[in-house]
Amino acid sequence: MKAIQQAARRLTVASVFGMSLAVGAALAADDETGTTEAPVIGANAASFTLDNGLEVVVIPDHRAPVVTHMVWYKVGSADEPVGKSGIAHFLEHLMFKGTITHPEGEFSRIVSENGGEENAFTSSDYTAYYQRVAREHLATMMSYEADRMAHLVLTDANVVPERQVVLEERSMRLDNEPSAILATAMDATLFLQHPYGVPIIGWKDEIETLDRTDAIAFYDRFYTPNNAVLVVAGDIEADEVRKLAEETYGKVARRAEPPARVRARAGVLDTPRQVDLADPRVSQESVRASWLVPSYLTAEPGAAEALDVLAEVLGGGISSRLYRELVIEQRLAVSAGAYYRGSALDATSFMAYGVPREGVSLETLRQAIFEIIAATAGDKPPTADEVARAKNRLLADTIYAQDSQTTMARIFGATLATGGTIADVQQWPSRIEAVPAEAVAAAAALLPAPRAVTGYLRKPAGEQPS
Amino acid sequence: MTEHQSSDRTAAGLVRGLSGRLARAVAVVSFLAASALPVAAAEVQRVVSDGGIVAWLVEDDAVPLVAVDFAFDGGAAQDPKERPGVANMLSTLLDEGAGELDSAAFQQKLEEEAVRLSFSAGRDAFNGSLRLISDRKEVAFELLSLALNQPRFDADPIERMRAQLISGINRDATDPEAIASRLWSTSVFGDHPYARPVDGTAETVAAITRDDIADYHRRTFARSNLVVGVVGAISAEELKPLLDKAFGPLPAEAELVDVPEATPTFGATETAALPNPQTTIRVGTVGLKRHDPDYMAAYVMNHILGGGSFSSRLYREVRETRGLAYSVWSAVVPYSYAGVFLGGTATRADRASETLEILTAEFKRMADGGPTDKEFADAKRFLTGSYALRFDGSGKIAAQLVSLQLDDMPIDYFNTRNAQIEALTLDDVKRAAKRVLGEAPLTVVTVGPSSS
Repeated sequence: MKAIQQAARRLTVASVFGMSLAVGAALAADDETGTTEAPVIGANAASFTLDNGLEVVVIPDHRAPVVTHMVWYKVGSADEPVGKSGIAHFLEHLMFKGTITHPEGEFSRIVSENGGEENAFTSSDYTAYYQRVAREHLATMMSYEADRMAHLVLTDANVVPERQVVLEERSMRLDNEPSAILATAMDATLFLQHPYGVPIIGWKDEIETLDRTDAIAFYDRFYTPNNAVLVVAGDIEADEVRKLAEETYGKVARRAEPPARVRARAGVLDTPRQVDLADPRVSQESVRASWLVPSYLTAEPGAAEALDVLAEVLGGGISSRLYRELVIEQRLAVSAGAYYRGSALDATSFMAYGVPREGVSLETLRQAIFEIIAATAGDKPPTADEVARAKNRLLADTIYAQDSQTTMARIFGATLATGGTIADVQQWPSRIEAVPAEAVAAAAALLPAPRAVTGYLRKPAGEQPS
Repeated sequence: MTEHQSSDRTAAGLVRGLSGRLARAVAVVSFLAASALPVAAAEVQRVVSDGGIVAWLVEDDAVPLVAVDFAFDGGAAQDPKERPGVANMLSTLLDEGAGELDSAAFQQKLEEEAVRLSFSAGRDAFNGSLRLISDRKEVAFELLSLALNQPRFDADPIERMRAQLISGINRDATDPEAIASRLWSTSVFGDHPYARPVDGTAETVAAITRDDIADYHRRTFARSNLVVGVVGAISAEELKPLLDKAFGPLPAEAELVDVPEATPTFGATETAALPNPQTTIRVGTVGLKRHDPDYMAAYVMNHILGGGSFSSRLYREVRETRGLAYSVWSAVVPYSYAGVFLGGTATRADRASETLEILTAEFKRMADGGPTDKEFADAKRFLTGSYALRFDGSGKIAAQLVSLQLDDMPIDYFNTRNAQIEALTLDDVKRAAKRVLGEAPLTVVTVGPSSS
């Protein structure tokens, strides 16, 4: 229950696939070239909207008699009021504290007694709750989940200990981990003015002040059927989900008209910035750099897809440029890579990183990373072969994603909760396939050295590697 | 590449920092945590190839994919005594060049054909995993055959992987879970191979030679200690020649060194200083091996105490009531040569001793009184009801087929497992609780700021 999805902003369609989904279309392969034709993701997915505004997506997969039931709210940490950082995630924890008709613990007990698994997670742009159960228990899950969409009851007696849990979660995930501390500082530096610069779990001193009233105010503003997406994947068809949804969620009245998700625009600086963290808990040094780039929602058509392909060309596997040049050829690094967090409402980040070999300075490695990226944008653009292999890797991810109904539910949920459509998901592989090599070079031009935020993770002075 | 996405609090806390066999054991445990009736799809066939290779197969052509998991009994317990880390290093090198293909060429072939191949070393077994699109069976098994039978072990990839592994070991040197895990193993297992880290140490990994790797490969990759699980769009007749292609060239008999039964000693207290806001706590004591008649009872007991649900006793007492921690868990871990019980949490340093007292008191309460009737009934309902959740993906099922064979479980296990849980009595669970938590002392490991 109650997990922070620090990584959520990089849940591009691509990286969700990396985890494993249900492609309805037949997959064709060309034996001559070994390339794979772009599949359609979730070709059998159906969708409809209830009268109260709740969007519903159904993704049938009949291999096992189980279903994944998820509700996604279009609200995340980037929607929090100033000074209330952490409230989106804190509310996610508090959603397990009971309602008017079902006291604390009852829903979890019912899930458990029926052999179900449950959890929830928060990102900067969405918050989601789910259960995995045998199909005959779906109606019960829907009934309870619909109930807590409108009837949450909180008391100081359960809010205060839960705030301690959240503070311990923060310690565990963030304050215990120098690399997470550095990542937080880099985001705060990169996302000038924009709330993606605030950690999803919140600033510690602000979490400490959050109370029941803050949670309920946030809940009443954002938790309403017209601000949510219901996703059901598994052993069921759309007609049956529609009937069950109308009997449960359909009875929840609109509770609010959520405000437009307009946030301060992240300021672009042509000033290189560096975050330098030396910590006695660092036993392996590393360097990373991040840039502000468009997301799938803000990019011109094809540009976000090109960034996904670029991330593969630069940093996907041992034939990628960063790995090949830095690890295999120049022997400056023991590992290196890149990734792009494409699924976000607003401008997002592209990141490259390297872990130096012993005796190599972080500054040398950073310079080498920048040179490879500059060459990719300039005199050494990606070759047709590199681009084809990058696409092949991304398409393979989508194909293997067929194996998990939960992954499927997450791909659709995350996309719809960040302003995308079902067609966006289904056609993503074709759009990847269509990215021209020139677009990948153009994407690399979005990563100039002067605009980078560099992060150094170091041992304290005097403990530098010899 | 894969992110830890779902972040169940228990799963994340549990698997992180645990290595090798333990991780596999946890996977076994969690699959045990599963419905009244498993799944129609999970009808398991025993396939024997012309060359005598045995595989357990679940045929399912709903998606055009095939998942092949396999394992060689042995694992890191077969590492040379002075060179822990050999099996783990081997696991990074099998896709780094084989036959005529050097590292780059082999990787390129995997990418072109969208074949996924991965290996990992555990405490008691060396595991492999092949994923393929069903119209590419020949080429996928050909690549697997090359990796298993003709690995090149070229100098460049060896040095590259060595540097990467040492870097990871260095990083773990200040990771609280990794530190706790290592301290726990050395404290409990003494001279036994289980005391040695699966990943090795920076020193041993620096010293491992190509001969060490090739020798481990030659001794432990054989048909006699191989188990195979296959799930997906493939028939038994299609599978047979492919099994011979991949596994047929292996030697008939493995040359495994005898691993003695472990005699774990419990009761020590170990601490390590790390300037964190939290103190990471790991506790453990005697557990039960997989074939112990009380194993399933212990498994049910653990579910009630600290296994995977939001209603466990530890979850309630440590997290929900007192807000002391985000993650608190326990597990029964059946190694091949020892059974152990583990628990852990991470809590604010100034309340670490209070948290440890609660853990200890809950263990004692379970040992003395066992679960209540209601807890026992609820646990049975959950464990049988959730079993079906383990069967909604080919990869998940393939992993279970391998675990079952490594553990010498019967081929009809999927269909009999829930009945075994149903047949348990409260007395069985009380007896198992006493055997696990009531006889040996606790080993306690804490990692945190030195004042705590």
